[in-house]
Amino acid sequence: MHRQTFRYAFIDSLPVMAGYVVLGMGFGILLQDKGYSWLWALLMSLTIYAGSMQYVAVDLLSGGATMLAAFLMTIMVNVRHLFYGISMLEKYNRAGKTRPYLIFALTDETYSLVCSKQEREDMDINLYYFFVSILNQSYWITGSVVGALLGSAFHFNSAGLDFAMTALFVVIFTEQWEKEKNHLPALVGVGVSVICLLIFGASGFLIPSMIGIVILLFLLKKRMPEQENV
Amino acid sequence: MTISPAYSLILIGIMAATTALLRFLPFLIFRHNTPQSILYLGRVLPYAIIGMLVVYCLKGVSLVQSPHGIPELISVVLVVLLHKWKHNTLISIPAGTICYMVLLQVVFR
Repeated sequence: MHRQTFRYAFIDSLPVMAGYVVLGMGFGILLQDKGYSWLWALLMSLTIYAGSMQYVAVDLLSGGATMLAAFLMTIMVNVRHLFYGISMLEKYNRAGKTRPYLIFALTDETYSLVCSKQEREDMDINLYYFFVSILNQSYWITGSVVGALLGSAFHFNSAGLDFAMTALFVVIFTEQWEKEKNHLPALVGVGVSVICLLIFGASGFLIPSMIGIVILLFLLKKRMPEQENV
Repeated sequence: MTISPAYSLILIGIMAATTALLRFLPFLIFRHNTPQSILYLGRVLPYAIIGMLVVYCLKGVSLVQSPHGIPELISVVLVVLLHKWKHNTLISIPAGTICYMVLLQVVFR
C-alpha cells in the first residue's frame, strides 16, 4: 500500500516537477548572477521554500534591503498561504507525525495537489500528503541548485516551459468544476480576481482579491454547496 | 554580493521565519474548536483559490499588446478540452505546454 501511495503521489507530482525544475533553475541562475554560489541556493530552497518569494529575495539580497523591508515584503508576497492553511486545517490536523513538515511545505503547487485529492481504498492519504510535499520540495531544491551550478552557461530555449504550472492549475480547475455541481465558489474566485486585476494591476491584485473572495463567500453562504452541513 | 555573507544569512533567516509563520499561523490560531465559519471557509476556499491562481498565472498577459494573449487563450482552451476528453493529467499538461512553447517560440515570434 505504501508503494501504491507513492505511485499516486509521484504521478500527481509530475507536472509540478516540470514547473519547479524550470522555475527553480531560473531562481538559481539569477542568484549566482548576483555572486551567490549554489550553497546559498540550497540553503534558501531548504529554509524559505517559496517560489515567488525566492525570486523577490534575489532582489532584496542584491539590493541590500533592510530587515524590516525583508519582513514586510515576505508578508506581502506570502500572505496567501494563510488561506491554504485554513482550508487544510482539518485534513492536516489528522496527519500525525508528519504534520509540522506538511504545514512548512504547503506551497501553491503542493496545496493545489493536496486540497482536492480524494481518498482511495488502496492508499494512505496522510502518507500521500507527505510524499507529495517532499517530492515537490526535492524538485525545487534540485532545480535551484542545478540552475546556480550551470548559471548562464545553460543554453536551451525554455521560453514558455513555465506554462506547465498554468496548465496544472487549469487542469485542477477543470476537475473541480466537474466534481462539484455548484460552480459559485469557483466563479467567485475567478470573477473577483479578474476584477481586482483590472483595478489594481498585476503587482498588487492578490491581497484585494483574497479579501474580496472571503467577503463574497460569506455573503453568498446560503447559495453555496453543502450548506445543510454548516 | 553587495552585502556581507553574515547579513545575507540574517535576511534569509527573516524571510524563512516569516514564510513559516504565515504557513503555521492558521494551525496555531485554530488549534482547538475551529469556528464553524472557518470550517465553512475551508470547504469553499479551494474552489475559489484555484480560480484565483489561474488568474494569477495569467496576470502578465496583455490583451492590447501583440500577441494579445492569443497563445495563452489557445493553450488554456486546449488543456481544458483535452482534460474533459481524456481526464489524463499526463496528456493535458504536456500537450498544453508544448502547444504554448511552439506558439511563443515559432508562431508568434
